[in-house]
Amino acid sequence: MNSKLQVSASPHTRGMVTTRNIMFLVFAALMPACLMGVLAFGTHALLVLIVSVLSAVGSEYVYERLMHKRVTVSDGSAAVTGLLIGMNMPPQIDLWIPCLGSVFAIVIIKQLYGGLGQNFMNPALGARCFLLISFAGKMTTFTPGNGVLKLVTQVPSTTDALSGATPLAYLKTGTLFDLKALFVGTTLGCIGEVSAIAILAGGIFLLAMRVIRIRIPGSYLGTFAVLTLLTALVRGFDQPVIFTLQELCAGGIMLGAWFMATDYVTSPITAMGQVVFGCALGFLTWVFRMIGSGSEGVSYSIIFMNLLVPIIERYTRPVAAGMARESRENRRLVKENRKEARRLKAEDKKEKDA
Amino acid sequence: MRRFTFRGGVHPYEGKELTAEKPVRVLEAGEELAFLLSQHIGAPAKSIVKKGDRVLVGQMIAEAGGFVSAPVFSSVSGTVKGIEKRRSAPGALVDAIVVTNDFAYEKAPTQPLPGMEAYCKLRETNQADRSEYNLVTRSAEESLALIRPDERLSLLSAGDVMERIRKAGIVGMGGAGFPTHVKLSPSDPEKIDYILVNGSECEPYVTCDYRLMCDRPGELIAGLKAVLKLFGSAKGAFCIEDNKPKAIQILTDALRHEETIYVAPCRTKYPEGAERNLIKAITGRDVNSKMLPADAGCIVMNVSTIFAIFEAVFLGQPLYRRILTISGDAVVNPENFLVPTGVTFGEVAEKAGGFLQTPEKLIAGGPMMGFAQSDFSGVVTKTSSALTAFRYDLVSRIEETPCINCGKCVDACPARLVPSHLADMARKLDLEAFEENYGLECVNCGSCSFSCPAGRPLAALVNQGRQMVLAARRKARK
Repeated sequence: MNSKLQVSASPHTRGMVTTRNIMFLVFAALMPACLMGVLAFGTHALLVLIVSVLSAVGSEYVYERLMHKRVTVSDGSAAVTGLLIGMNMPPQIDLWIPCLGSVFAIVIIKQLYGGLGQNFMNPALGARCFLLISFAGKMTTFTPGNGVLKLVTQVPSTTDALSGATPLAYLKTGTLFDLKALFVGTTLGCIGEVSAIAILAGGIFLLAMRVIRIRIPGSYLGTFAVLTLLTALVRGFDQPVIFTLQELCAGGIMLGAWFMATDYVTSPITAMGQVVFGCALGFLTWVFRMIGSGSEGVSYSIIFMNLLVPIIERYTRPVAAGMARESRENRRLVKENRKEARRLKAEDKKEKDA
Repeated sequence: MRRFTFRGGVHPYEGKELTAEKPVRVLEAGEELAFLLSQHIGAPAKSIVKKGDRVLVGQMIAEAGGFVSAPVFSSVSGTVKGIEKRRSAPGALVDAIVVTNDFAYEKAPTQPLPGMEAYCKLRETNQADRSEYNLVTRSAEESLALIRPDERLSLLSAGDVMERIRKAGIVGMGGAGFPTHVKLSPSDPEKIDYILVNGSECEPYVTCDYRLMCDRPGELIAGLKAVLKLFGSAKGAFCIEDNKPKAIQILTDALRHEETIYVAPCRTKYPEGAERNLIKAITGRDVNSKMLPADAGCIVMNVSTIFAIFEAVFLGQPLYRRILTISGDAVVNPENFLVPTGVTFGEVAEKAGGFLQTPEKLIAGGPMMGFAQSDFSGVVTKTSSALTAFRYDLVSRIEETPCINCGKCVDACPARLVPSHLADMARKLDLEAFEENYGLECVNCGSCSFSCPAGRPLAALVNQGRQMVLAARRKARK
């Protein structure tokens, strides 16, 4: 009669947060940035986003069916990856390029390493770097489409028209750009990267929903801002603060800091590790942008740091509550043991010599 | 108002509104009762009765089996039927003395402190009405005026207090069941400067301690004063989560003239009531698995335990009944009962109106740390604070998905562990790494499993790892 009673280990209740609704929230948080991209660059940009999402979801489905694995499309992670790939594309790119990128991200970077939770690198950024290297020309050609927003295509201080180059390339030389255009997103750039304010809104939404913590974006943007400001001062640029703000709003750093670096799978799990990770990202991005020869470096910084996550996690393991003294004591004992061992060794040697 | 808190923790649905304001009813025992010989941590009690013996209410039927042990008392009068195997809440088969109830409720003589006659008389008169709590609800002032704890306690030495507690078979009634006289004998009593009365009751659905704090504030204060008599330099604190404003108000009012006892309101968060978290929240001191709370100068005691201490010290009454909350969406009338130990969970459920439909899960305790039962034959012991029954069991339907490294378990863990990594180590049987990563510091509160978006049974895995390490250590010692 009691056959219905279930026996299991405690706890017998669970929270409401699931992988699926986390992914849904991330997808929703990306919407403002996508919207700004489509408004700025027109229908082709929308097409790019749709194609990349569909090909990411589709390739996950096909791969899992072919491999006789459980189909996990419904967890939403493939859709988020696809959307991020689309957002990283120049607005007028040929549609087969984001499609190829999505297949590469899902099949090569995610599924071949074991699927969700097992990839060692952010799939969207891995795919972007793959495309950047393979199709450098197409990936760096930026042309406005039939968007409804009026784009700023001229550097205010010069008379050069922006042809195919992003504001970052101008900032590289220390030339100031239009801050308002960078902030709102009325410049040339990748579809999802142009509008700093839309990305910021999405990031704050994720913070409020407790999907992400401030640790990674905060330390990333903070470190980068401080280093950039110092550089501007040292190099004697006009208006170093404005320059720093423009660097923060231009290129992929906003999208990278709020949505790519915070990818759970490829960022450290420990609180301290997340801060270290963010600071290192800020430093690397600064190196790529200010010292390196290119103007952009967010993607490479993040995929490079992804590789270091296991090491960061190992060295930032928190000390359990109440164990601080114990672990200090342990370290002291280990040190003493080593000293003792050295002393014994030295004595042995002396005896042998004698 | 300052509210004490700790790092980590989660916010499960509390479900306290089902029973919080329901008066405590006396639950009538049935034909047959089973008294487990292991209702506590330590050596099982040793039976001192044999088949056919007549026993009385409050008569000792099993003596302590060692120092870390506690005697067991009958909660009814009747005849001993024999010793049988019964299942304890965690599922082990243990010896139990089975007594057939004669419904006479003849009481074994008790030794109340001189001067407690008026109080006892009041209790007797109210006992006639079995449908109500056997003491009418009174304000703290009224009961304190009747009890006059300072005056009564001045007649006793610290040793007398201790002896009365030991003889009454009191154990920690919050769930662990650690014998109270052992807890009250730390190696260095001078070092104890906090007696924390744990009224946080962070476990969802449980309201037994809340009822005691609202209905019996005077008695609780008297009980705490008895404990404080053992520790000259200690302060007493009632630690209550701020989701129980009424209890905080009542005790704050009652304690406004006291200097050494105060109320410490805590932020409502699970597991506030876990011993180490409570100590951390109130005193800022850290306790790890190798320490006792006494090493941090604290002794933590559950509200029900303090009430049992009151009854033992002032009335000479042993511990044979307790307040138990039966709740959950499968129960017709969720309620608080004053239950004699030894009745089965099935009987308790029946008295609460039975089930709306056959529950899928019956838990001895609350949903966060309670033990799932395989049938209704479990019996109420000194540590049964609640019985919860649910129509729908979510946990057995959860499909585990891969860890996405989100770190929600890390943020939730009050012991500052990395539960997802520990769970992997336990699964791979890598016990060395498990230990090195502080796996033994887990208190099995379940916050990690609760917060995991992938539905992984983290707490169960970490606990498994912990048990394996401890078992290996025991083996190595032999």
